[in-house]
Amino acid sequence: MTALGRRGRPGRWLAFAIAIGFALVMLAPFALMVSTAFKEHAYVLEIPPRLIPESPTLDNFVQAITTNDFGRYFLNSVFVATISTILSVTLASMLAFVFARYEFPGRRLLFAALLFTIMVPGLVLLIPQFVLARNLGLLNSLWGLIVVYSVLNMGLNTFLMRGFFAGMPKDIFDAAQVDGAGPFRLFWSVALPLAKPGLATVTIFSFLAAWDEFTWAIVTIADRELYTLPVAIRLFQRANGTEWGLVFAASLIALAPVLVLFVALQRHIVSGAFQGATKG
Amino acid sequence: MELGRRNAPIRRRSRLLPADGVLGPHRVARARRLLPIYALLLPGLLLYGVWAAYPLISSFILSFTDWNLVKPTSFVGLDNYTRALGDPLFWRSLSSTLGYTAVTVAGQLILGLGAALLLNQRIPGRSVLRLIYYLPVITSWVIVSLVFLYLYNGQAGALNWLLNDVLGIIDKDIAWLAEPSTALWAIAILGIWKGIGWTMVVFLAGLQSVPDDLYEAASMDGAGTWARFRYITMPFLRSTSTFLLVVLTIGGFNAFISIFVMSSAATGTIGGPLNSTDVALTYMWKQAFTEIDLGYGAALSFLLAGAILAVSVIEFRMIRRQEAT
Repeated sequence: MTALGRRGRPGRWLAFAIAIGFALVMLAPFALMVSTAFKEHAYVLEIPPRLIPESPTLDNFVQAITTNDFGRYFLNSVFVATISTILSVTLASMLAFVFARYEFPGRRLLFAALLFTIMVPGLVLLIPQFVLARNLGLLNSLWGLIVVYSVLNMGLNTFLMRGFFAGMPKDIFDAAQVDGAGPFRLFWSVALPLAKPGLATVTIFSFLAAWDEFTWAIVTIADRELYTLPVAIRLFQRANGTEWGLVFAASLIALAPVLVLFVALQRHIVSGAFQGATKG
Repeated sequence: MELGRRNAPIRRRSRLLPADGVLGPHRVARARRLLPIYALLLPGLLLYGVWAAYPLISSFILSFTDWNLVKPTSFVGLDNYTRALGDPLFWRSLSSTLGYTAVTVAGQLILGLGAALLLNQRIPGRSVLRLIYYLPVITSWVIVSLVFLYLYNGQAGALNWLLNDVLGIIDKDIAWLAEPSTALWAIAILGIWKGIGWTMVVFLAGLQSVPDDLYEAASMDGAGTWARFRYITMPFLRSTSTFLLVVLTIGGFNAFISIFVMSSAATGTIGGPLNSTDVALTYMWKQAFTEIDLGYGAALSFLLAGAILAVSVIEFRMIRRQEAT
């Protein structure tokens, strides 16, 4: 028995029908994107739009990969998103663990400073970050993307992970402390293994954020061979105008890895990923 | 060489942990307790300090200058801020931001809650449906912006086909993104569509905290669907809703990529047509990177951050007052 479904079948079937209808609306833009990616150029703006292409073709995918270097952009995105996710999740977990379980001078101030950056629009930092990257020789470099993407979600990740660490029973930490474990051991062998759902959540959020990031990348990357996928796809659309089949084939190539990652991790995300946040 | 390197850590350590005689055993124990704690914090705070805190502070300082990369920079006091307050295009972009935020936050909250309530029941195919609702969330802003650009196409777009040819709601095709009266709202619909899944997941997590037997007890007492929702579900979702309201509002104020991509592709200018899709961030972007008026751009960004902070505080206050009554 839940809030909506009145006892018994009719209510549940009504809910199911509404859920399916809603799913169709949510899916419609994707359905058109996928079908257009398999269409020949002449048919991409046909009226009425055909969901199943008349003569489906793989040309768009072949052309996107072979003539437009999308393989290269794909690898750039994988490299940048992976390294920055590892950095961001590791460092945010360490911060969150200390904020959740220890009392020390400066604790409140540091935590407030971290949270403040969640409020500040990323564009505020863009100009000084640009100058900083130029001075450090990180302009037009994938490492320049990595450092900024690692910081991008640090505040939110720390906030979410802190909720997880704070909710852990005190006894297990006490027991390990009696055995002589210091903060590092407690963090690594007691707290982290218990925080797997939280780690899965911040991992996928950080990866998505890095994989999708667009603004910093178009500001700092000038060389074609260093493009990440969002930059490449957007410039590709600018250059090719109405070649929607090609644009969407490239988009689908960019979407595939995050879809796989999400399906693999989604169980953890939904099973109480936000309890840390909402209990605060 | 080898010897020197081995000595270095010992020397550094002895500076942080003075000999017992200098500060007393109590201080030593305290330092020994705190040292690993700060060591855990250090790498994160270092990266954060260099790439977030320092840029933030330096941007704040630059907002009081006429920095423009061309002539030497000088302090201009509050000039940038007073100029912004008298800049009609800035006010217009701010009011567009508020409109966009109000519409997208309301849309995401209502539809996200609806989706969560639907999927919180034992209906077939729940996990597939959840994935479908969540799909727009994991798709990048650039891609969804291009997809909607395609759907909104003025001559042969799928939306025109649906509304004109199939449903007959409109009698001629509309260039949704080139029409000043529709462009911002067309982009807002994309914003809602993209955010429903995330809102739903957070609501679903909040719904886990509602004990099932409360519903059963209420049903026994004859409470209908609406009464159960109003008096059981809603109170349990209060902290979740607050969290969502604040986070989604911040998200609305940060709208940028969709407008940047769609307006420039559909009208040739960022924020077009006729500035109708200029929100705070696109206006700031143009001041900083098109006009190269970096000091002014920085001042605009801090006014925006102030607005976000003010709205968040108001939202918290409103909810707290509601709780009190």
